[in-house]
Amino acid sequence: MAKTIKQSSNGTVLEAKGVYYRQLNEQIRERIGQGEKDITLDGVNGQRYIGGGLTDGAVITINGVPGNDLGAFMNGPTIIVNDNAQDGVANTMNAGKIIVKGHAGDVVGYAMRGGKVFVSGDVGYRVGIHMKSFKEQVPVIVAGGHAGDFFGEYMAGGILVLIGLGNSDKPVAGDYLGTGMHGGVIFVRGKIDEDQLGKEVRVFQTTDEEKATLSTLLEEFGSDTGADMSAVKVEDFVALKPFSHRPYGNLYVY
Amino acid sequence: MAFGDQYSKWRVDQEHVASACGLSGVISQDGHRIGGDVIIESMTVLHDRGNGLGGGFAGYGIYPEMKDLYAMHIMFEDASGKAACEELLSEEMEITLGEELPTKPIPRITDVPLLWRYFGQPRKEMLEASGMTADDFMVALVMRINTVVPGTFVFSSGKNMGVFKAVGFAEDVGEFFRVSEYEGHTWIGHGRFPTNTPGWWGGAHPFNILDWAVVHNGEISSYGTNKRYLEMFGYTCTLLTDTEVMAYLFDLLIRKHELPMEVACKVMAAPFWKDIDKMKEVPRDLYRSLRMTYSSALVNGPFAVLVGHQRGLVGLNDRIKLRPLVAATKDDRLYVSSEESAIRQVCPKPDTVWAPRGGEPVIGVLRGDA
Amino acid sequence: MMPASLVPSEFLVEVDQDKCRRCKRCVLNCGFGAFTFTDRSVPDSSKCVACHRCVMFCPESAITIKENPLTFRQHAMWDVDKRKAIWKQAEHSGMILTGMGNDLPYLSVFDHILIDACQVTNPSIDPLREPMELRTYLGRKPDRIEVEPDGKGGFKADNVVTNNIELDLPIMFSGMSYGSVSLNVHKSLAMAAKKLGTVMNTGEGGLHKELYDYADSIIVQCASGRFGVHSEYLNKGVAVEIKIGQGAKPGIGGHLPGEKIGREVSSTRMIPVGTDALSPAPHHDIYSIEDLRQLIYALKEATGYKPISVKIATVHNVAAIASGIARAGADIIYLDGFRGGTGASPQIVRDHVGIPMEIALAVVDQQLRKEGIRNWVSIIAAGGIRSSADVAKAIALGADAVGIGTAALMALGCRLCQKCYTGNCSWGIATQRPELTGRLDPEWGAERLVNLVESWKLELKEVLGALGVNSIESLRGNRERLRTLGLDSTTSEIIDVRPAGS
Repeated sequence: MAKTIKQSSNGTVLEAKGVYYRQLNEQIRERIGQGEKDITLDGVNGQRYIGGGLTDGAVITINGVPGNDLGAFMNGPTIIVNDNAQDGVANTMNAGKIIVKGHAGDVVGYAMRGGKVFVSGDVGYRVGIHMKSFKEQVPVIVAGGHAGDFFGEYMAGGILVLIGLGNSDKPVAGDYLGTGMHGGVIFVRGKIDEDQLGKEVRVFQTTDEEKATLSTLLEEFGSDTGADMSAVKVEDFVALKPFSHRPYGNLYVY
Repeated sequence: MAFGDQYSKWRVDQEHVASACGLSGVISQDGHRIGGDVIIESMTVLHDRGNGLGGGFAGYGIYPEMKDLYAMHIMFEDASGKAACEELLSEEMEITLGEELPTKPIPRITDVPLLWRYFGQPRKEMLEASGMTADDFMVALVMRINTVVPGTFVFSSGKNMGVFKAVGFAEDVGEFFRVSEYEGHTWIGHGRFPTNTPGWWGGAHPFNILDWAVVHNGEISSYGTNKRYLEMFGYTCTLLTDTEVMAYLFDLLIRKHELPMEVACKVMAAPFWKDIDKMKEVPRDLYRSLRMTYSSALVNGPFAVLVGHQRGLVGLNDRIKLRPLVAATKDDRLYVSSEESAIRQVCPKPDTVWAPRGGEPVIGVLRGDA
Repeated sequence: MMPASLVPSEFLVEVDQDKCRRCKRCVLNCGFGAFTFTDRSVPDSSKCVACHRCVMFCPESAITIKENPLTFRQHAMWDVDKRKAIWKQAEHSGMILTGMGNDLPYLSVFDHILIDACQVTNPSIDPLREPMELRTYLGRKPDRIEVEPDGKGGFKADNVVTNNIELDLPIMFSGMSYGSVSLNVHKSLAMAAKKLGTVMNTGEGGLHKELYDYADSIIVQCASGRFGVHSEYLNKGVAVEIKIGQGAKPGIGGHLPGEKIGREVSSTRMIPVGTDALSPAPHHDIYSIEDLRQLIYALKEATGYKPISVKIATVHNVAAIASGIARAGADIIYLDGFRGGTGASPQIVRDHVGIPMEIALAVVDQQLRKEGIRNWVSIIAAGGIRSSADVAKAIALGADAVGIGTAALMALGCRLCQKCYTGNCSWGIATQRPELTGRLDPEWGAERLVNLVESWKLELKEVLGALGVNSIESLRGNRERLRTLGLDSTTSEIIDVRPAGS
């Protein structure tokens, strides 16, 4: 059972150390159900599914490393992680915001449908797979550092941003960048080789409209994560977009 | 608080969670002693990656007073298998000490076989007659025991190291074998979620041959190909689990074929042809030749493995990183695990933390004597 | 008065005279003279071989070919073909000749093998978006690589592997001789092989000079008749194949009728125009395995040690033969199964001699592994590869690559009428008649071959993806990923594939 360390008009602090994820998440849901809008979790280490399936706009602050599937299927709250996160952040997330002040693992934002994920550091493999958007529901992932292979695989909608801060010897993204992309846009700052791109993707210069969107996002990102954005200019980014909606139309013989 | 209390609570709440296996490892590169409680503690965080049908550990440097003798951990279904095995052992080896493995009865660990350990070395005359090196002799002996003596198998056979494994959650297995009472410079741990093979003690990880111990998360889709390749060199795959081939591949490539560790890793997680084609001439010729010669040693399918051996610890992912692996350092210690939280549980403030790239090994090396 | 023949026609040609617009295309297109023209198109069904050339070229689709609906009294032992064979041989003394491959309903092992797929415990891979490697190297590999530091913090190989053929995918074109097929066929195969990153094989008729530009995509064959074999020939091409046998006619030689030896064939094969080209049954310098070794090394010496392939028909003791061949110094073994095709073979041999390629492949792979010498040779399996499923299954049974002959000719238009030995092929494939060979435009032919192989490549990648494997070498010999269905247990054991459900 998570011990309540503090409860005040400023929110609740729960001690999560040694508490199994089941109990922890139950308590979080209970508090939010009772109207609590601000919960802090201390001593988190490896508990899964925090924020999973939650709706409404509460703010959950996590001190420690949350376990896999942080904010999976989440639909409204804001989660702030003051450490690194693991795999599966924002899995099929619909709405809300997740801020990670550290790096995140693999499979961030899989099938994300809305909301925002800001990671100040690096992200792993298979980030932003099959993100989708519809009208105003546009999911966004911004990573301050570098990404591994398969960034934006199968992307169908939404916005991915890769800033490439930090170790400039490393390539900003891995291979198979945007492979299978058929919608959405990926903004990348830093050097990309033709060889890294998926077959469906082309590099374009950003339009004025895109520059404006990007600018706003970068500002929000900088302020939320505290990352040093002084060297980052909107002009440094290129836009990766699919050049066909039906890249696989020719594959079949009837 | 005893380990049992904390975990029994988890068990009551635990429901079936579909996830893969979990692994964790640590090495003190300066050879300092690390208690087994550290690896057990790390594994507790990975509890949900397993389903209680297998758990295990391997520790290196745990038998310092017998460090030059082969330490064989053997499980027997019954007394007759034990008698037959001991007879074979005494024919082939000079056994200095044979005793029961120290264990503690745990209600959650059931169907316990007879568990013994023997310290010894090959009989000089048998070794000379065979014309083999001592290591090859031991490999042949272990293969023989595992295939010929009924209801028996050797689950570890290295020097100054030992594997402890059973059907159960990792932390329970650790408690059962009293792993916290040992100290070593290198530890690996594993919790299993088997679907492909029955939950039997032999199928738990780590898999071992000589002092190679492998824990593995994933499934080897090239198993049939790898197995047939290894059989050509006298390794028999008896343990009904695909991970077995990885232990033998490390032994073959590094001990027999003398490939450096990084190169052996690049055989098992070979670079893509498109990347080999882009290399400069000398490395290109090397990697092309390696891939052509060792095509049946390519390990396909998702995997993250940790391999312990006498001189270090290696973590390796498949080349498109389909399984998670995280590494961290703190002073002279290297930690590698499936999840960062497993590392942070025993090392709250590491100096560095990073995620290795697919196909790029993380290598920890034991410096000096240990 | 007796009719010319007592053997009824196999087919019945019907022309819809209402649709027929008297364009005479059928007359001109039929290589077998099955049409004449009075005031209309008049078919002679006795000459029809069901090659469909007329059907496809009739602008009004006015022609149809049926099986002659003549009814015979049924007899389980004497099916109609067996009766006709007797009548034919009574009419003319001689061996009944046929073309292409064994068409009898023997069990197809491939059709009783199913492939695994990954679910839940292992992810399948999406070949369209994720890497999928099909590159294959054919040739001898060393037992191990000697690795040394390179002095710059990296490593180098002391024994870099050479003498291998690099293919972009594990499918190649089988040998079909220039003479049995036209020069345009050879050109189509060479151009397609180059485009696909694979190789074709000259077959035993030598290499026409016009193909020298494609040397890097060609394996040259040295068969028992040694047609066209000279040192320049041997040095063209990426490898030399010693043809010991062929799946369609194990143990017997070859016979290219004089009708097919025109001027160009004559000059390439270096025999007089109009004579029959005879390939002896054995190489007359190979009567025992050590003789084979001698020839292999003779060729190696003559070519600067190019890889040497040995092509054999699959017979009962194929495993032992293969082991001998590997130890004799061959770099590649080409196993031609009993379904393999030919331009001409006695039907009695084609249909009753040899064993299935699937079984041969499995036992050869097994035997070589047992002896610890599997990496001394690459194995190519051929003789009845009909689809990419067959390719995947062959590789899982142990093949390094497969060869396609029949499928390749079908891509060029062949309808499997089995009359190749007549030299009248209406599609311009198995003929040397200039009015027929001109029908096959090599550019067109190459495009069709590329289409076919590229299609199979896509399908093969899908199958590999479903298996959760992203590199062809992880499927090679991986029999755990196959299961048999409805195959007797003995055969299942022999090929070491378990029945479905186990």
